[in-house]
Order: sequence, then structure tokens, then C-alpha cells
Amino acid sequence: MGKTVLLIEDEPNIIEAIRFILKRDGWTVDTHSDGRDAVDVVRGKQPDVLILDVMLPGKSGYDILRELRADFSPEALPVLMLTARGQSKDREVATQIGANRFMSKPFANADVLDAVRALAGA
Amino acid sequence: MSRDTLTGTRVRERRTILGLKQADLARSVGISASYLNLIEHNRRRIGGKLLLAIADALSVEPSVLSEGAEATLIATLREAASDQPDARAEIDRADEFAGRFPGWAGLLAEDRKRIDTLERTVATLTDRLTHDPHLAASLHEMLTNVTSIRSAASILAEPGEIEPEWHDRFVRNVNEDSARLAETSQALVKYLDSVDDATADIRAPQEEIDAVLARHGYHFNALEDPETDPVALAADLAAEQSAVARTMLAEVMTWMHNDACAVPLDTATDGLQTLGPEPFELATRWGVDPAVAMRRIAGLSQKLGQGAVGLAICDSSGSLIFRQPMEGFPLPRFGAGCPMLPLYQALGRPLFPIAVPVIPPLRDERRFRAFAFARPVGTWQPNRAPLSRAHMLVMPEQAPDPARSAVEIGVSCRICPRDGCPGRQEPSILTPGAVIGRLTL
Repeated sequence: MGKTVLLIEDEPNIIEAIRFILKRDGWTVDTHSDGRDAVDVVRGKQPDVLILDVMLPGKSGYDILRELRADFSPEALPVLMLTARGQSKDREVATQIGANRFMSKPFANADVLDAVRALAGA
Repeated sequence: MSRDTLTGTRVRERRTILGLKQADLARSVGISASYLNLIEHNRRRIGGKLLLAIADALSVEPSVLSEGAEATLIATLREAASDQPDARAEIDRADEFAGRFPGWAGLLAEDRKRIDTLERTVATLTDRLTHDPHLAASLHEMLTNVTSIRSAASILAEPGEIEPEWHDRFVRNVNEDSARLAETSQALVKYLDSVDDATADIRAPQEEIDAVLARHGYHFNALEDPETDPVALAADLAAEQSAVARTMLAEVMTWMHNDACAVPLDTATDGLQTLGPEPFELATRWGVDPAVAMRRIAGLSQKLGQGAVGLAICDSSGSLIFRQPMEGFPLPRFGAGCPMLPLYQALGRPLFPIAVPVIPPLRDERRFRAFAFARPVGTWQPNRAPLSRAHMLVMPEQAPDPARSAVEIGVSCRICPRDGCPGRQEPSILTPGAVIGRLTL
């Protein structure tokens, strides 16, 4: 069984595209769309890489990552944050709270794939 | 030159406008032409019967001659001067300028207000572009659609075959997302067009509701009917205003309606005509909170022949949330007001009724009565100080008691000439050397 990626994103068509390119590359992809119980889902699955959207229903990606970083170091849980806001202050916030990588939408599939590979040390 | 010493100048101007000869006016009021000449050159003070006689002969109210331009006009002129210190306007002669050239002064004041409005428009638009939730949500949705289309299109465009099931799925996704993108784009264009239209008369929400309230004299007959829905009425009256203004107006009209239910019109009329606009006595008579009595008086006093009154309501931060102006008593509009106002004194002493005579700095001899009262609002929560709202009702003092000193108040420190005021926060443009109170702390 290959390495696992957990994608937390609420837009179904983006989920479908990312899942397709990662699966094709040999990754096991789990998805989740709700911010409210996202922390519990991550704790339960303990993926090799977490792809986390910022704007989620119920709880923001920033809040989710803050909670996760209390238990998981950036090495133990590499996180790629996705956001539709590419402003430098958003990048700064993401870095401060412990995101390993930050990618603004719209992104290229190849960039997502490269980032996931790099974060998993693949 | 102070304002009351310009009475003669105003007499001369008014006489000239009417085309009256000095000798004719002098004869009609029973004085010599040479004495009138001295008066007109401000070398003899006038008052009493002679002032009344001259005002009558010139067909004006005596106060027009004795007081000259409106206090608010002079305050606006001083603010205009303070905004452009490099222009070196003769700030200390604003009274004289307004008295001698009321038309020009009015024009300058109007232009200053217009600039103020335009500056706020710019600030509002900047704020809107930065923080507008609708704009941010639309752009987020568009970026999400574009991301989805780009990802799916990239997969479809890659060399090599993909399974027909996945192919069809991504084609369908591209189709769905492009349709959504088109809808979002159209909605955004429509929204931006409406924003563009709105900027033709953009004002702060507080100003929008002030305009609606002023148009109706701060009283709505419909709200005297317990069956009226104040929120629906507010929505109707502010249909052309911003959503924020509509919400704020609905709140104001809701408490106006509650007040009318608590003190029905018959009861209010009877009390006001018996006791006059005395908020604490009326509160006792009506069995309501003094704040309710003040609001009821503010809405009805003038309509019931009890004279004009002004009302200011502020929240715990001191920000004015309601402002019913009164001629001759300049209330602060934006930013910090005068800390000597009984309104703020009440905020520091909740539930303590305050009734004091006050003197604004721009009316040398005219005193006002100010009543202030603050009370906690909202729900009680353990270990949390309650929020407060303070009310201040003002009205002209009909029979000033010279034995009782009045509190010297201002509008805002920047345009207040009072030297040595303990409440001063910043230097005045009128008295640059004035000591700043807080530096003595």
C-alpha cells in the first residue's frame, strides 16, 4: 500500500481532480469536506501528507492547523495549505502557524504533485 | 473681535441691504444719526429696548443682530481652517468673517462639508474594496471555479488515454464549473455596477439615518400605533439607503416604538404640557426610565409647543449612536467629542441623574440646560462589567440663574478655544499654547 494523502477541501470538482492525479501517481487518497470535525479525522487517519484548504465550512484551515500543531510537528505531519487568497500576509500566517508549504489557487496539477512528493520525502 | 461686539456691523449691513439711510433708521428708533453711526462702527454697545427697536425697524430677529452667524457655521469654518494650516486663515477672526460675509462663509462651510463627505467616500470605497465580504466571497468562488477548470482541463489535455469514465467525468466538471464561473462573473459585474451607482451619494450609515430622521422631525406618527411594525416601517423609509443604514434605522425605530408603547401619546402630551420638558420629573410621572423620558421628550417637545431640544446617545466607548441636533448647540459629529459634556460625565456615573447648565464656547451669553443619564444595557453576565448607554437632553435655559455657574463645554478640542480645560486632549487651533490636560497626569 502506497503512502497516504488526506485532502480536506470542500469543492467536489477540485477534490476529484486532485484525487485523480495523486491516485495515478500511486498515492492512497482520503478526502474530507467539513472543517468542524477535521482535526478528529486527521488524528484518526494520520496521513503521510495533509492537503488542507483554508476556507472550509465550520472551521478555517488555519484553526485546524493550529490545533494539529499542538500534537504533530511539521516533520510528523507535513501540511500543504491551499487558499484562494494568495496575499503575502496569508502566506505569512500559514507559515507562522506551521504549514510546510503554501499554494494559492488556481494551481497547476504538476505543482501539487511535486509538493506532495517533496513533503512525503518521496 | 468677539461676536457680540459686531452687532453694529450687522446693523449697518442689514440697513444697507434694505437701502435705508442712516438718518432715517436713526429717526425711526429715536436716536441721533451720529449715535447710530457710532453703533454701526461698533464703538457703542447696544442692547435692551434699543436693540429690539432697531431689529424691528430692520425686520429681523434681535438675535440675528446680536449673535450673528450660527455657531455651527463658525465651528465648520474653524475646522476648515484647521484642515489646511498652511493656508494661514485668520482663525481668530472666523466670527467676524461669518458675521460680515455670511454668504461666502456659508459657501466655504458647505464646500468643507463636501470635501469631508468626499474624503469619507474615498475611505469607504477603499474599505469596501479591502473588506467587502460580498466582493471577497465572489472572488473566492471565481478562483475556486478557475482552479477546478484548470485542474480538469490539464488532465484532459495530457497526452495519452484516460479511462472513458474519468474522461466523461472531467468533461462534465469543466462544463459545470465554466457555467458557474460565468454566473459568478455576471453577478460580480452587476454588483460592481451597483456599487458605482451608490457612490453618487455615498455617506456613512449614521449620516444616512440622520437624514431620514431629520426629514421626519425625529418623530413618526405611525410609531404611536402599537400595531405598527417598526422594522417594516424602517425598511420602507430607508429603502434607498444602504443595508447597514436600514439595520441601524430599524433599531432606532424599534426603541421609538417601544417608548411610544411605554408612554402613549395622550400620557406624553399631558405630562409635557403640565411639567414641560423635565426628563426626571416626567420619568417619575410616567413610571419609566429617565432615558425613555428623554427620548420621548426629544420626539415630541417641539411638536407640542415645548420648544426645540437636542438629544445625544452614546455607547460605552463614547461613540455617538444617535444625534438629534438643536440650533445653537453644536453636537460632535465624528471622532472624539468634548469630555466635559454631561453625556460623558453620566457614562462615568451610571444611574446618577445629572442636570446642569452648560455654555458652549461659541455662544458667549447663551446657556443651555443639559440632562444626562446613563444606564447598563444588555444581559447580565458573571464577572463582566455591563455595557452602558448614556443619554443627554439639551434645551435653551429660559431663565438663567446667575448664582449657578454653568459647565463650560466645547465641541471637540481641536476647535475649542477654552484655555486650561481639564478635559483637553489635543491643542486647539484657536489657542495654540493651551495646556493639554492629559499631560498633567
